[in-house]
Amino acid sequence: MQDKVKVSGGTGLSEEDIRSGKIFLTEDSLDCAFAWDTGVAITRYLNELKKGKIIASECRECSRIMLPPRMFCELCFRPSGDWVYVQDTGTVNTFSICHVHWDASRIKEGEKPYLPAVIEIDGASSGMGIMHLLGEVEPDAIKIGMKVKAVWKPEDERTGAITDIKYFKPL
Amino acid sequence: MKMRKVAIVGAGLTKFVRRALETPKELSYEATKTALDSCGLRLEDIDCVAHGTAPDAFDGIHQNGEYMVDGCGGWNKPTMRVYVGGATGVHAIVHGWHHVASGMFDTCLVVCEEKMSSAMPHAQGFFLTIFDAITERALHPNLLWIFALEMNRYMNRYGYTKEDMALAAVNNKMNGLKHPASQFRDEVTVEDVLNSEIMAYPVSRLDVSPVSDGAAAVVLAAEPVARRITDKPVWIEGVGWTLDTAYWATRDLYYPRYLDTAARMAYDMAGIREPAKQINIAEPYDPFDYKALHHMEGLQLSPRGKTVELLRDGHFARDGNLPMCPSGGLLGVGNPIAAAGTMKVCELFWQLRGEADERQVPGNPRLGVAQAWGDLMQVSSVVVVGI
Ligand SMILES: [Zn+2]
Repeated sequence: MQDKVKVSGGTGLSEEDIRSGKIFLTEDSLDCAFAWDTGVAITRYLNELKKGKIIASECRECSRIMLPPRMFCELCFRPSGDWVYVQDTGTVNTFSICHVHWDASRIKEGEKPYLPAVIEIDGASSGMGIMHLLGEVEPDAIKIGMKVKAVWKPEDERTGAITDIKYFKPL
Repeated sequence: MKMRKVAIVGAGLTKFVRRALETPKELSYEATKTALDSCGLRLEDIDCVAHGTAPDAFDGIHQNGEYMVDGCGGWNKPTMRVYVGGATGVHAIVHGWHHVASGMFDTCLVVCEEKMSSAMPHAQGFFLTIFDAITERALHPNLLWIFALEMNRYMNRYGYTKEDMALAAVNNKMNGLKHPASQFRDEVTVEDVLNSEIMAYPVSRLDVSPVSDGAAAVVLAAEPVARRITDKPVWIEGVGWTLDTAYWATRDLYYPRYLDTAARMAYDMAGIREPAKQINIAEPYDPFDYKALHHMEGLQLSPRGKTVELLRDGHFARDGNLPMCPSGGLLGVGNPIAAAGTMKVCELFWQLRGEADERQVPGNPRLGVAQAWGDLMQVSSVVVVGI
C-alpha cells in the first residue's frame, strides 16, 4: 500500500502566537562552569605568549613545524620533538568583516565590525594558520596575502592567553 | 567483505518551520510515522533505529538521544544515536546501512530531528562551544566567521564574485518553492541576495539558510525484505565518510579535502568511475550558497574553479545535465540541521521513484548522491543511491 502523504506535522508558530500567550512556554537557564586544564603543549604555548613569543613544536617524522604546538603530530601519530620559536609576523590566508557577535546578535550602530582572519605564521610550516583578529586597518583595505604583525598587550597585562596578542596589524 | 544489499523503502518529513509548536519528540514521531505509513509498515516490523540529532545544547537536554527514543520509535529496540554536527543527517543513513548490510537486522528506521528555536536568544550562540576552549574560544568566534573565512578563500582562489555565489542561492531557493515542506514562499532574485544585510562579509543574509525546526525519516530494508515491501526500492549503492583534522585553520579552505575522500570512498563502493557523467542528481549540502558549489567540486561533480561557469550555463538546473539540489536544499527548504541532511536522501528517494511531483527531474534519473557536512568544517558523509 502506498500512501501519498509525504509531509506531516511541523506546525509553524508566529511571534503573535507566542506573545499573545496562545501557546505555553517554559523557560529555564543552565549555569555550567568549567576549569579546563590547558595540557602539556598548550601550557608551554601560553607561557611563551605571556613573554611575548610564539612557540611551535616540530614533528620528528615529517618535520612539520606545528602551530598551535602539540605533543604529537596528528598526521604521523608520533610524539613531537623540539620546541621551535616562530615569528610574530605572518600572512593573511583569508578574512571576514563580521557584523554579528558570537551569539548572532548584531553589532550596534557605531560599533566596529570584528575582523577575524586565518593567519599563516612565519617560521611555521607552510599553511600553518591560526585564527585571530586584525586591527589598525580599515576593513576595505584588508587583502588576502597581506603581511601582518602581532600587536601584544603590555607585558603586565598578559595572562598567558591567546588574547595576549590583541590583534595582528598590517606590516 | 560480504555485505547485504540495502534499500530505502519509505520516507517522511515534517514541514520545516521557523518555530514549531511540536516538541523534538513530537516532530520525530510525525516524520517517523509518515515514513512507516509510506511503505505500509508498522513499528513492530522495525528491527532497529539509527537516530540523529545535533548538539544537545540546542534542546538543553544532555544526552538527548535517550530522551528522543520514544519519538523515533526506538523503545525497547537496539537504538543508536549518531552525531557528527551538520553531517549527522547523512551519517545516520550510513549508520543505518551498517545495521542492515552487516546482516544484523532486516529493517532499520533512520530518524533525524532538529529543533533550533528552543535555544535563547539564538541557537548560533551555542556554536561557540565547538571551538577549542583555550586557543580559539577566547576570541569569541561564531560559525558565521569561519564560514565567511572559507567563502572568502574559495572566492579569492578562483576569482568568483558575490554575484556568482548568489546564483547558487537563487537556484536552490527557487527549487525549494516547489517543496511541500519548505518554509519559504517568496521568489528570490540575485539582486535580493546581493542587497540583503551583510552578516559577515562576504556572507550576506540570503547567502545563508535559515534556522529551522523539523524532522525527517527513512525506512531501510535488506534486499529480500525490501522486495516484499515495495516494487520500487531505491538501493544504497555506496557510502563514505571522513573527519579531517580539527586544526581547521591549517587546511587550505578553498577545497573540501574531507569530502574528496568521503566521495571517492562512496563512488568506489558504488563502482562509479566518472561521477560527473554517471550521477543524475546531486544533493550537495548547502547551508550557505558557496557551500553548494564548493561541495559540487569536492563531490567530483564539477571541475575545480569551473563550477560557476556550469551553473550559468544551466548545467545544474532542474532540467540541466546534473540538477543540483532539486529539493531546494537547506537554502530552499530550511535547515533543521540533522533533519536537513536526511531530507536530501528523502528527495533522492522520491526523485528516483518518479514521485517528486512538481520538482520531478526529467529523463528518468537513475543515480543520485546526497552529502552533508559539519563540525569545524571537517566532516562529511556521502550516500550514493540508485534504482
Ligand atoms: Zn608528522
